[in-house]
Amino acid sequence: MNTDKKELAVAALRCGTVIDHIPSSALFKAVKILGIENMDKYVTIGNNLSSHKLGTKGIIKIADVEFPESILNRIALIAPHAKVNIIRDFNVVEKRPIKLPDTIVGIVRCANPKCITNNEPMRTRFTVVNRNDVTIRCDYCGHTVKSDDAIID
Amino acid sequence: MNSNSLVSINDISRDEILDLIERARFFEEHPNHKILDGKVVATLFFEPSTRTRLSFETAVNRLGGRVIGFSDASTSSSSKGESLKDTIMMVSNYVDLIVMRHYLEGAARYATEVTDTPVINAGDGANQHPSQTMLDLYSISKTQGTLNDLTITMVGDLKYGRTVHSLLMAMQYFNPTFHFVACPELQMPKEYKEFCDLHGIKYYEHTEFSPEVIAASDILYMTRVQRERFSDLMEYEKVKNLYTLRNSMLDVAKDNLRVLHPLPRVNEIDRDVDDNPKAYYFEQARNGLFARQAIICKALGIDVLNLKGDE
Repeated sequence: MNTDKKELAVAALRCGTVIDHIPSSALFKAVKILGIENMDKYVTIGNNLSSHKLGTKGIIKIADVEFPESILNRIALIAPHAKVNIIRDFNVVEKRPIKLPDTIVGIVRCANPKCITNNEPMRTRFTVVNRNDVTIRCDYCGHTVKSDDAIID
Repeated sequence: MNSNSLVSINDISRDEILDLIERARFFEEHPNHKILDGKVVATLFFEPSTRTRLSFETAVNRLGGRVIGFSDASTSSSSKGESLKDTIMMVSNYVDLIVMRHYLEGAARYATEVTDTPVINAGDGANQHPSQTMLDLYSISKTQGTLNDLTITMVGDLKYGRTVHSLLMAMQYFNPTFHFVACPELQMPKEYKEFCDLHGIKYYEHTEFSPEVIAASDILYMTRVQRERFSDLMEYEKVKNLYTLRNSMLDVAKDNLRVLHPLPRVNEIDRDVDDNPKAYYFEQARNGLFARQAIICKALGIDVLNLKGDE
């Protein structure tokens, strides 16, 4: 079938994690958040694939790795509609949407240069103040930012 | 983290605000109360602020406590590259309470996270300065006899002025009506107007500092328009005198109107206003002492209202 060929074009996975429905513009931020560049597993990254919902989308497949929920949920910052598929023996054993946590610890850098978090060796912490457009507020200086514009370390 | 710390006025409830006002009133009646005997308070001023530091140190001294600290980061170990965390940890070993001012925003919040000693924020950059807000609230309450249902006109720099932002948020519990008087470059930011909308607070925006606005007000809260806020200096020259209060402008004011200003003032209040009984800014600064005594006792968990007559 035609769809099968498309799937095979981005390599089938025996075991591991597939993250689908990532907006194309957010794909490489997602790669960074997952820390994929330091992994020695098989990784397939596809971008600008056609999507009914998003127009174009990105997809990440990582063999033999299952991420803890806390890491996956960070993807929600930049890809609120992303879906996670857990694959075992070529079967999707779990498929779930990503959940945006209430608090984001680490990963986002505060855009305010006078914020304490940019001047002390410490972790940042943001509270999600608007779930619709994913606006987050720095717990320290109060600076708010839309996650699309957030600086991700 | 110590739950008695005061980092932001937004952290405290309506009841806590009213309680602090009652304590401030108590200290105004009994300013010298030796309830901090044996206590040591650190005033850590990573950024100089003589007015605020003297007010806090006087408050501690009048309560019988002792003060250690520094008034400028250049005389502290942070000039050697020590982190804020290390400075706070070190000082925590010595004192019962830390009062700190810092040029970085969020510094006081972070300090509360690294120590169990209570921390009072005496200003963190452009962010929060809750003891200023408490003295403003105490001054309003004292001059008007209530905090409820007042019309407050804020004039000058409403964009960057943290005192007006904090006061606006603290007034949410008391059904205020606000008039915001500012030039287009320095108007109240959208997030605070949204805050008003969300809490059903009435507000009106004006670019003209008109007699009608003054006549409607219970409180005139003046702020300084700073030259460095303008990208275009021509614009500054155009507006710098538009929002100056002169004595004759107060002729239309209600009897109960009082003029507040966080000080220092430059030319936004003409000197001829000083002798008008409606001018309240110097007493307002004096109220800061009582408000800070109240805040210090709350941070140390001392219930002053049960100590009456103990002078």
